Amino acid sequence: MNAASLHLRHHARTLLALGLLGVLLLAFLAIHPRGASAAVLTAWSNQGVALALVAIGQTLVVLTSGIDISIGAIMALSNCVASTLVQGDPTQVALGVAAVLLVGTLCGVTNGLIIVYARIQPIVATLATGTIYTGIALLVRPTPGGEVDAGLSDAMTGTLGDLVPTSLVVLGLVVLLVWEPLRRSLTGRTLFALGSAEQAAYMSGLSVDRAKIVAYATAGLFAAMGGLFLGFQTASGDAAIGLPYTLNSVAAVVLGGAALSGGAASVLGTIAGAFLLRTIGSLMFFTGVPPLAQPLFEGLVLICAVALGATRLLRIRNRLEIFR
Amino acid sequence: MNTLALRNPIKTPTGAVLLALAALLLLGGAVNSQFFSPTYLLLQLQSGAFLGVIAAGATLVILLGHIDLSVPWTLTVAATVATAVARAKGGAWAELGPLAGIAAGALIGLLNGVGVAYLRIPSLIWTLAVNTILLGAVAFHAGNTVISSEPSPIMAALGAGRSFGVLPNAVLVWVAVSVLVVWVLRRTLMGRYIYAVGTREVAAHMSGIDTRRVILGAFVASGVCSAIAGLLLAGYAGQSYQRMGDPFLLPGIAAVVVGGTSILGGRGRYGGTVAGVLLITLMSSMLSLMHVPEAVKQICYGLVIVVMVGLYSRRQAG
Amino acid sequence: MNNDYLQLIGVSKRYGGITALSDVCFSAARGSIHAILGENGAGKSTLMKTLAGVVRPDTGAVRLDGRELRMTGPAQALDEGIVCIFQELSLVPHLSVAANICLANPPRNRLGLIDARRQNEMAREALARIGCERQIDLRERCIDLPLSQRQIVEIAKAVVRRPRVLILDEATSALTAEDVEKVMRLLRTLREEGTCVLFISHRMHEVDALADTCSVFRNGEHVSTFAAGTKPHEEIVRLMIGRPIAQVYPPKPAPLPASVQPYLQVSGLRSGTQLKGVELSVRPGEIVGLGGLDGQGQRELMLALAGLLRDARGEIRIGAQTTPPDGPRGGKREGYRMALIPEDRKTEGLMLAQSVHDNLGVSALDRISRFGVVDHAAEQALVAELVKTLQIKAPDTRVAVSTLSGGNQQKVVLAKWLATQPRLLLLMDPTRGVDVGTKQEIYRLFRDLAAKGLAILFYSTDCDELIGLCDRVLVMYDGQVRASLAGATLTEEQILMNAMNLGRGDAPAHTRRVRAGALEYAA
Repeated sequence: MNAASLHLRHHARTLLALGLLGVLLLAFLAIHPRGASAAVLTAWSNQGVALALVAIGQTLVVLTSGIDISIGAIMALSNCVASTLVQGDPTQVALGVAAVLLVGTLCGVTNGLIIVYARIQPIVATLATGTIYTGIALLVRPTPGGEVDAGLSDAMTGTLGDLVPTSLVVLGLVVLLVWEPLRRSLTGRTLFALGSAEQAAYMSGLSVDRAKIVAYATAGLFAAMGGLFLGFQTASGDAAIGLPYTLNSVAAVVLGGAALSGGAASVLGTIAGAFLLRTIGSLMFFTGVPPLAQPLFEGLVLICAVALGATRLLRIRNRLEIFR
Repeated sequence: MNTLALRNPIKTPTGAVLLALAALLLLGGAVNSQFFSPTYLLLQLQSGAFLGVIAAGATLVILLGHIDLSVPWTLTVAATVATAVARAKGGAWAELGPLAGIAAGALIGLLNGVGVAYLRIPSLIWTLAVNTILLGAVAFHAGNTVISSEPSPIMAALGAGRSFGVLPNAVLVWVAVSVLVVWVLRRTLMGRYIYAVGTREVAAHMSGIDTRRVILGAFVASGVCSAIAGLLLAGYAGQSYQRMGDPFLLPGIAAVVVGGTSILGGRGRYGGTVAGVLLITLMSSMLSLMHVPEAVKQICYGLVIVVMVGLYSRRQAG
Repeated sequence: MNNDYLQLIGVSKRYGGITALSDVCFSAARGSIHAILGENGAGKSTLMKTLAGVVRPDTGAVRLDGRELRMTGPAQALDEGIVCIFQELSLVPHLSVAANICLANPPRNRLGLIDARRQNEMAREALARIGCERQIDLRERCIDLPLSQRQIVEIAKAVVRRPRVLILDEATSALTAEDVEKVMRLLRTLREEGTCVLFISHRMHEVDALADTCSVFRNGEHVSTFAAGTKPHEEIVRLMIGRPIAQVYPPKPAPLPASVQPYLQVSGLRSGTQLKGVELSVRPGEIVGLGGLDGQGQRELMLALAGLLRDARGEIRIGAQTTPPDGPRGGKREGYRMALIPEDRKTEGLMLAQSVHDNLGVSALDRISRFGVVDHAAEQALVAELVKTLQIKAPDTRVAVSTLSGGNQQKVVLAKWLATQPRLLLLMDPTRGVDVGTKQEIYRLFRDLAAKGLAILFYSTDCDELIGLCDRVLVMYDGQVRASLAGATLTEEQILMNAMNLGRGDAPAHTRRVRAGALEYAA
């Protein structure tokens, strides 16, 4: 068994998602009235980055066989904070950005603490904290508005050297600087272990509680980054944008091949999943699918992707296996 | 269910919620004496009835260890179908409307059940996908306008009317649904099977239970409950509209878990759900009375869930 | 030699009403291999869990090299150098072999991140110490490995930590004979290096081959410690069960007349790679045993009979039916009247969190209900009768079934199915993890049921049990029934020979090596 085929087997779903994305992206570029250009690519990239960031956060949590229903709310809250603080002279802007990221991380830490120490199931805990964070977001920004530093916004949503979308580069950097070190650390390993064998991880001496809190905290950080980027795109804050992002983040994670039961998830796959969702939306727009039919198509895509998981049933010989 | 630990009424989750409810009532009355007026309380019961019917169906699904996120749009579709049919037919045949609405709810429940029980897709993601499809279907079909529709006479009577001039009919429907759910859970085979499957599906299967049909049944019941709530709401509001289901997604689940049912399944009583619905409804209206901004309402709502469920978890652990 | 290197002083542990450990005083020496013997429920696993830091004792202290240990969890025990290999493997399925071996203490680079290259080296080294470095690919995910290789990885994971105390609980149960030798060599090497090795086993040949010292536990108490080889096996067993081995098995009746038609008849049954044409029949009133080495298709046969294997082909006749039923639910139907007692009672046999009452009634509930409504009074009566007939020991039927002992839990599983009045009983190793006293009761129950006309097919890994209880024993090898033994031919030697596919005169040199032939005192 050589290394190549081994890797192929382990990452099959991720590669499938990436492949599909590649195909759809090419189709999109072909169809777009302005054709394949850096500007179009940038617009496409900007569409997907916010969701991709939130979805990465969700991936970390799903890895531990949990779920974060508050992730959209953290994003909305960060977005609102950004629309209030990311303004003024460069120092203020920098501090504003730092504050936004801090807020998101703190929300995530709170989630982790409640789940670990109050021993509440993730779905219930984050359902509750989601409403709390939405409430705080409403306090920060009761009606949509505010402003986000124009210079920074333009830079982030622009193109680097007229070739590469800045947002993609930033996304790549964020994954490299935050996820990669985490993945290769002991805590990262514990995250993978948590999802599929929490008891085993505990018995082996891994610090399970700490890893869970780190997972939710990092998810909060990514959600904050997503909210910040959304601020760059829309130059305003809106407390109500959370729920669609939460639901879409779960969809992106599933499309990227992760198992909601934990243990096997790929950040790359999730990013592909997030961009897939957005690309399908854009494709529909440009191929003249009536806008009213677009949610239906998106739902159908989701259903198909999810039903793919059912195909494993066909291979099962022992009927007791379906319960595992 | 019959386990020794649930003997002491004060110590059970249901007891805890009822206690919280009583505390809330007293607090509310102290803040604003209007709180204790029968008219006000009946009004709360009426608005709680819609959530109550939904939570009844949600209880069955959550007892299995699953979740139904398609509630908002099942509700909307059922209401839309019912009002459209009622308007189209008119006269005595208008009552085909609610029947069609309930049938729609049952069918959606069937779709949910098939995906979860037969295709073994996690309920979180499957019902979410179904919800999205329903949203898309309605958006596509109806465009951005309100479909020409009106509720049938029975729908209006049940949704907005009162019996004996005082008792909201919606509450009577809630009571009827509750009685049915309690009866199913306590006295029927299906109820016992629900608890067994929720505790451990593979063991239930090996004990000779058709676990797939049990799951299917629970999702159909949840669909029907969502449909009934939709019919009542449409009757109350005088029409069906596209966002009518949105406020009910998370509160439905919240009421059930606040009432002490475990989100993992196998444990919980319907009484707890009823108490949970009342707690959430009363708290929400009390905060409105105090002119508390929406933001603070949301925060209180989340805190209540954390506190109540945290209490249950500590009791489980300790 | 430091005889009190590892000490337990006055350790007690209770779980609700059950005393798992009672004032245990125990010590083990440095650089020794110490066997822990005892039936199930004797306290061995609680003892291990206490040492491993998983369980905190109610009273007493644990001392290592004279120093008292305060352990709040497994991490502390591991820090102290106490490494435990449990029966339930502690591997992470989606991580690689190398990652699993160095799971909690991987080598790190200057940035604090895991150094994959050095990790592979460490893992290879650990496997080499056992002698298995060529068999196992470090990059494979553990979920893709067969059970025997996973056990090796588990052992390597323990070895890599250089333990001061190494505890093994049935760590070799799934290994091939060759690998068992390698592990034994490893343990001896560890002993030379000064590790204190504790191992729990019920395979006397392993104990004879390895141990320096033996300790016997019974009912949570430390009964005796003696140098290996100084007590004969009969005395050891007597220490373990507390009374001389009485005749455990009920007397067998005369064979059935040939005119009795079989209730179960199987012909040419094939499925996947595990069943290659099985032929067998069971008549009402017979107890037929299914023996042979582990993994020869016995499990698959049972599953196929219950209709749980999709690709099963061949002829299966049950009663008047010519096809297998549709799972356990189909088996309840009038045409079949079949009951399958699954292998793992904790996950497949019982709803552990539910009460004894609910578990007992669940399978027969549809019989005592009308139009879907349960008749509570009838259910109460049924439950009371089941408890009485099977003598299920529980303080109240409303307690959770998880609080019952293993033997009583198994009785609940049996009772629940007996309530459906089956004609055919399929049993998958029903006495595993059951104490000797309850086993006797269960054997008598089976004999009574057979006398009433039930057909019983009984898969067991215990040779003794097969010989003592069954009218006939079918020995399986490589997916087929290789021999049907009864009467004079029903001996341990015959079972073993057929289990290993040997002809007459090919008696193996070490029959005791074989699992099916081992004397099993505590399954």
